[in-house]
Amino acid sequence: MERSSPSPSSLLPQEPSRPRRDARVEKSVSQGERQALRKARLFFRRNLGGYLFLLPALVIFAFFVWYPLVLGFTISFQNVDMINPAVWVGWTNYRRVFSDPLFGIAWRNTLAFTGYALLFGYFVPIVLALLINEMRHGKGLFRLAFYLPVMLPPIVTAFLWLWLYNADSGLINALLHVVHLPGGLWLENQGTALPALVVVATWGAAGSTMLIYLAALQGVPASLYEAAEIDGSNLWQRIWHVTLPTIRPIMLLLLVLQIIATMQVFTEPFTITGGGPANATMTVLILIYNYTFQNADFGEASALGVILFLVLAVFALIYMRMTSRLMQGD
Amino acid sequence: MALFTQNAQSSASGQKRQRSRRRVEESSERTLVSPLMLKRPAGRVIYWTVFALLLVSTLITFGPLYWMFSSALKSSIEIFQSPPTFWPLHPAWNNYASAWNVLQYPLYFGNTLILAVGAVVLQLLVSATAAFALSKLRPAGKGIIQFVFFSTLMVPPVVYLIPQFVNISDLPLIHVSLINNWAGVWLPEAASALNILILKSFFDTIPTELTDAARLDGANGWQMFSRIILPLSRPALAVVTIFTVVASWKDFLWPLLVLSNPDLQPLSVAIFHEAGINSNYPLPFNYLMAGLVLASIPPILLFLLFQRQIIRGVNLTGLKG
Repeated sequence: MERSSPSPSSLLPQEPSRPRRDARVEKSVSQGERQALRKARLFFRRNLGGYLFLLPALVIFAFFVWYPLVLGFTISFQNVDMINPAVWVGWTNYRRVFSDPLFGIAWRNTLAFTGYALLFGYFVPIVLALLINEMRHGKGLFRLAFYLPVMLPPIVTAFLWLWLYNADSGLINALLHVVHLPGGLWLENQGTALPALVVVATWGAAGSTMLIYLAALQGVPASLYEAAEIDGSNLWQRIWHVTLPTIRPIMLLLLVLQIIATMQVFTEPFTITGGGPANATMTVLILIYNYTFQNADFGEASALGVILFLVLAVFALIYMRMTSRLMQGD
Repeated sequence: MALFTQNAQSSASGQKRQRSRRRVEESSERTLVSPLMLKRPAGRVIYWTVFALLLVSTLITFGPLYWMFSSALKSSIEIFQSPPTFWPLHPAWNNYASAWNVLQYPLYFGNTLILAVGAVVLQLLVSATAAFALSKLRPAGKGIIQFVFFSTLMVPPVVYLIPQFVNISDLPLIHVSLINNWAGVWLPEAASALNILILKSFFDTIPTELTDAARLDGANGWQMFSRIILPLSRPALAVVTIFTVVASWKDFLWPLLVLSNPDLQPLSVAIFHEAGINSNYPLPFNYLMAGLVLASIPPILLFLLFQRQIIRGVNLTGLKG
């Protein structure tokens, strides 16, 4: 892209008054300084417009991304309750976070949630996209049907499923009753509460991934299928040796993105089970929320946030390597 | 994301773009299953079986939606009947009207709308100007600035959720609190590296000859931006707008933290407070269901109206939605 634009990128309209004033200044300075000044002026004229256009974004990012990021690290070493002035406390917050019995529980639940989400939700969109892509009829209907939950506000999805899981009058137990299977106390049972929430999250998000795979499948060259067919390959061999290798980069990327996204799970456990029963759905983010708004302990919450950040950073780095070409831009 | 790179790269040079377009056309003629196979009787049987299976599996999404809609029509006694009725005995359509009033739908719908409109205006303003500078003005240090923006794509906002809360309750330098202020929701949202990325990649596909010619004719940066780049970028701006609206409509955690004043809250936060497990006066369940339906109608309408742009946007970003 660099090649295509050898632009001089001077932007500002030249103000007529400018050269005269500059000439006056130039008289009073020495030769070397004059050159430096001219260079600076040229630099200014070339770039000022660009910087002015970047200004809003730079200000917003400085105030609402970079500063809070740094603040997170500082607060994690401070005692902050938003009433008294902050006090430096060293590693105390981290020690308290690590010694909290809920720390282990929250991480185990979060990792279990991520694992279940991969198990339930990773292959479903791929299979759906593969099947829908082969359809000669009703493609639009299927796309609509499976994408619709993605559009719903998460609070709607959460309360809707709270109702579906209802032991006595919920749809799920009613359907099980129709086929003479025993129903369950899905959300009240420690063993089933977390998987039940994973179902909710998958229901609400799978459609989006499916659309991405559908687009990826459009990019599989037809000539490859034809060639494979001439070589006598059957349907499974074509899927295994043509389709999957072609969409593999996207499959890997979405794997990492799904891990990053599901480790931040909050809305479902917070609104449906409130972290219960008996902390069975307590996740890292809920713990952060509780530290902040139940204990008013911002330092401890930030320490846990930093730990979460470090864990996510591992996956973010993998993701960054995958998209490194993108990051370098042009 | 990867797709997006593909798009951006392929559209960078016209030649490549043509090739990829041809590829798409070819693939629409031929997929995994060959047309020949579909003409055979066995192939047809399998095809229609799969079709029927897919049709049945749409019940996984339509079923719960139907349940929400029909539960809202039940009386407060019937809704807790066990086993439940699949269609209400006496559909109470006025449950919707009651929910509309009890939930103060106009107020919260208005708040949600204001939050969405503000998010769109601010995000477009911030992202489009930055993307324009990075794509067309290319000031010195562009590479570093770009890296600094785009590296935030790797940092999920939840990791600085609490510091952000501390931050907006007392902004540095100006010492203003944005708690219980819509700006407290708008401003942090406006720092969207993804939007800058989407718009920049689109602006990159606009030939530099156009802006160069304008510059020769004496246009300044603002004129190039507002008269050339923006009008040519309507598709990309539409995608960003729709996704911002959807994201704003779905937003829950941040408005929950920032807006504790009920008069300012969006619909999702209000529903949570009025019906959640922590609520003091829980809403009757049939009203809650009606409220959920009412809260779902706008985004579903949005999807039906802008399906093409949304699908395009999902393919562009691969992230949001």
